[in-house]
Amino acid sequence: MEDLSLHVLDIAENSVRAGAKNISILVVENVGEDCLTIEIRDDGKGMSAENVERAADSSYTTRKNARAGMGLALLKEAAEMAKGRLELHSVPNSGTTVRATFQLSSVERKPLGNMAETITAILATENQVNVFYRHSRGGKSITFDSQHAENQLGDILLGSIEALSLVRTFLEQEESSLTQ
Amino acid sequence: MGKMNIEDLEKIREQGRYKMALRQGTGRVRIIVHMGTCGIAAGARGILTAAMKEIELRGLHDVIVTNAGCAGLCSHEPMMTVEVLGESAPVKYVYLTAEKVKRIFDSHVLKGQVTKEFALEVVSEKTHS
Repeated sequence: MEDLSLHVLDIAENSVRAGAKNISILVVENVGEDCLTIEIRDDGKGMSAENVERAADSSYTTRKNARAGMGLALLKEAAEMAKGRLELHSVPNSGTTVRATFQLSSVERKPLGNMAETITAILATENQVNVFYRHSRGGKSITFDSQHAENQLGDILLGSIEALSLVRTFLEQEESSLTQ
Repeated sequence: MGKMNIEDLEKIREQGRYKMALRQGTGRVRIIVHMGTCGIAAGARGILTAAMKEIELRGLHDVIVTNAGCAGLCSHEPMMTVEVLGESAPVKYVYLTAEKVKRIFDSHVLKGQVTKEFALEVVSEKTHS
């Protein structure tokens, strides 16, 4: 994966396939502590303790006949390369939380990438999901709540191309306001 | 969320364009971008965005695009599947780029002509006799 936003999309796609209805994505850039934290939390079917142990092992996947399923292992590798770590918490029938930390200033840390495209891509999934997203950097933060947006949109379905394009444009503007 | 472009949303609502929804599955053309780990690593997100931009630019209201899991052909990613209502079989396009997506829209999505050079393989109906 080229950047961290692609890892986030990959983990969120796992959530979708685990039957999640709600996905919360938090990105916190803490300059003082030189730490970047990315957390993806879902209310999908979760994993047993045994599977949590194995989930970030690159030789393991829950999917039969698939070469895919390596997403957690790849994120773990990306975190550890940047002096961080991967934490995985899961409760069967309740949900999974994936938290990756990175040393913000590490030269091995991948760039965050385009979170606007990632959030839009998650919303374009066939199984309808609610996405809550917050990105904090320094003293500023931006928030997007797809349920809130859906309420504002009224009878416009958030799944329409037009609505998704607006969400993408909105998030791109918001993201750039964080770096100013 | 205060800045969510309410005016733009209102505009769309007035035009009634919102009726074409992704998830309703009612479009003339259905495009599925495969977003397994393999697809995402190979650039599937950019393909999804490119397809959405083509739909938007061309003002197509009968084309839906959505994402789905790995298609089991990881080495051919990024891929998308195009299903046209009334056509016999969906077509899988492989090794995609934004430029190829544009050409698939020109030909397959708009004119119903399969863009064979990017298609996985158009399986012949003939069997060995």
